[in-house]
Amino acid sequence: MITAQRKPFDEIYEFAQRHKKILILGCGTCVTVCMAGGEKEVGVLASQIKLAAQEKGDQIEIVEHTIERQCDREFFDEATSRIINDADAVISLACGVGVQFCVECFNEKIIYPGVNTTFYGATVEQGHWSERCAGCGDCVLDQFGGVCPIARCSKSLLNGPCGGSANGKCEVDPENIDCAWQLIFDRMKILGRLDELEKNVPVKDWSTSRDGGPRKIVREDIKL
Amino acid sequence: MTETATLKSDSRLEKIMSSGQFAVTGELGPPKSVDIDLIRKKAQHLIGKVDAVNITDNQTAIVRVSSIAAGLVLKEMGLEPVIQFTCRDRNRIAIQSDVLGAAIHGLPNILCLTGDHQCFGNHPTSKNVFDIDSTQLISMLKQMRDDAQFACGEEIKNSKKAEPLPPCIYIGAAANPFGDPFEFRVIRLAKKINAGADFIQTQCIYDMERFEEWMKQVRHRGLHEKVKIMAGVTPLKSVGMAKYMRDSVAGLSVPDSYIERLSKVEKSAAADEGVNICVEQIKQLREIEGIAGIHLMAIEWEHRVPEIVEKAELLPRPQV
Repeated sequence: MITAQRKPFDEIYEFAQRHKKILILGCGTCVTVCMAGGEKEVGVLASQIKLAAQEKGDQIEIVEHTIERQCDREFFDEATSRIINDADAVISLACGVGVQFCVECFNEKIIYPGVNTTFYGATVEQGHWSERCAGCGDCVLDQFGGVCPIARCSKSLLNGPCGGSANGKCEVDPENIDCAWQLIFDRMKILGRLDELEKNVPVKDWSTSRDGGPRKIVREDIKL
Repeated sequence: MTETATLKSDSRLEKIMSSGQFAVTGELGPPKSVDIDLIRKKAQHLIGKVDAVNITDNQTAIVRVSSIAAGLVLKEMGLEPVIQFTCRDRNRIAIQSDVLGAAIHGLPNILCLTGDHQCFGNHPTSKNVFDIDSTQLISMLKQMRDDAQFACGEEIKNSKKAEPLPPCIYIGAAANPFGDPFEFRVIRLAKKINAGADFIQTQCIYDMERFEEWMKQVRHRGLHEKVKIMAGVTPLKSVGMAKYMRDSVAGLSVPDSYIERLSKVEKSAAADEGVNICVEQIKQLREIEGIAGIHLMAIEWEHRVPEIVEKAELLPRPQV
């Protein structure tokens, strides 16, 4: 999923302060799973803003609403459109995709991001999410025992660990980052495929990554 | 075929090593300002004491005078630089451009490195590049030199009708026998040799036991016959430095025996003891089969280099 973290309250309040009537728009998919921008978080943020407004004597009306997905046109139904149009501005708690899609659907509305979109990751345990994929557009997991060196090595090295790998950890943050190459090595050893790591991996074609500009997928076979 | 005909570059370092003579390289970190006199002052200590001098490329991700520019200052002084190239700050376009730039100024030695992560330097909020890695950088330089081709496959020539004019490079790479996973360390060296490395400089060695173990693996694969391996040493200036190297540099272990020796002497004599240890290490390393030279990294201690190489009986340096 796409993971995100709610922006610091002060930053969000600064957006809210600029308007009389604010809609906090949640998203029911990825950001709900990672507990950053679902219905519950919309409620919490609304209460926080109301409290702060009371304290500071600001007049801000808060409206709460959450839709299933902000990255799909069909979920912006009539009722939602009315609520959005009715507000002076929207604080979207969707990922950056949702925020932008919302902008595309409501061209004249001010839409603020309420979360910092962070990475494609997995829930390692309750309250702990971790990056697994960089979306480079040319998956190499088959070559590295299912551990991605692009997303998980601090230097995206394709030919083995740098000198900063010690006791299975990356020198960038030995407390918190596993050396991806230690993981790759261990996994390939289990699979009996260490000899494959002796092959020189050529330079990567980054044109399928973000370096090629905004990417799109067009499937003629399923277009209407 | 004569010996000179097989040389890949104009490098004095290459001439020395390919003729089977024991080589010595030093290291110089360029200044964090336009203080050209500082480069000259540091370099002055190294003239006639080493065969070539590594010029670091923004080491530990701290902005300094560029390695090519500082290398030119050394060249003017009659020293031969080894230009360090990291993959952290430049993509393949910028690197190849700088390779051509180094070549037209007669700087043949290039050392290919991954580069320290920017989080350790003075611009931790910068974006890193790592378009290619150090092994791929070696391959790229070999392709430029031997096939007269850029990484994209285009010929290195200025127009369709022109003759290809590729750079002549003596390609160096680093090896760290002390990082983990230990078993992968010799594989990584093999990959760098396979990519086209002509010479290797190791991370600074303190743990002689682990280094010997690594060299055993190197010899087992016959890698020492395919590449010139220079053993890296860094003199310990003080107990504090020894402890710092032990505790804060990933993958480096400094044996207790060295720390004890530095602790036992008067504080003012610790530096001399550090020199003694370094000299002993060089003599031990020289005895190991497969070691073709010493890479002496006397960090901000260039003025002690003459004494170290003399005591280690590495003088005079060969004239080639």
